[in-house]
Amino acid sequence: MTTRSDEADRLWAALGDPMRIRLLDLLLERGEATASTLAGALPITRQGVSKHLNVLERDGLVTAHRSGREVRYAVREERLDQGRAALARTAARWDTRLAAIKKMAEHAAKSGADR
Amino acid sequence: MAPDAIEREILIDAPPRVVWSIVTEAQHLAGWFSDEAEIDLRSGGRMLLTWRGHGTYAGRVETVDPPRLFAFRWQTREGELSDTNSTLVVMTLEAEETGTRLRVVESGFATLPWPGDARARYAEENSKGWLTELGELRDYVARIVGASSGR
Repeated sequence: MTTRSDEADRLWAALGDPMRIRLLDLLLERGEATASTLAGALPITRQGVSKHLNVLERDGLVTAHRSGREVRYAVREERLDQGRAALARTAARWDTRLAAIKKMAEHAAKSGADR
Repeated sequence: MAPDAIEREILIDAPPRVVWSIVTEAQHLAGWFSDEAEIDLRSGGRMLLTWRGHGTYAGRVETVDPPRLFAFRWQTREGELSDTNSTLVVMTLEAEETGTRLRVVESGFATLPWPGDARARYAEENSKGWLTELGELRDYVARIVGASSGR
């Protein structure tokens, strides 16, 4: 379809912050981590990290599981794959549109030249 | 280019002024983009794009420089148009010996406020990060399309 889904919008919005992208990169690198260890690797507080992790969890990009007293976070890679797929779909839509523009323009140029 | 951008291009066997009218005129927009279209073709001009069964989405003309550059924003959802609920489409037309190379870049999928230079810097610093993967995917798809678009 030509319009976009809310699902994809939420995904892009969740990714629309450099700190959240850094968190995802760190989590991908480490497999899983707590908010405290992530904060140790970033120039923001543990509270700041938690806030971003909550957004990422809400939009399904990370999962949280409790292990004793700590909460460990991990990336949901299938959700990232959805992001890649959404971008690929957008690209495919443009291919369709560009092909249509090409057809219309070449037709117009040809009928113009025939006159 | 921003890491959340899509870039595509196609070679068209028609002069830029013809391609320009196809990409900017309402009657043609309603052919390749939406089902119905309205456009006030000047910087800041309003666009209305309707897909039957899906609703009407607002757009705003950003740049009009015939027959070379046409840029507009369009909404990702219905409602008031803003910079945080829309993506930017930049179409450039380049005259080639046999016609026109039309390039389109759509950006801003990650729509929360984020200064462009910070984003670019971040992308550079994280050469192995996910942003780069997106870039690789984009380049990969672009190569495939480049190879199949008859060059």
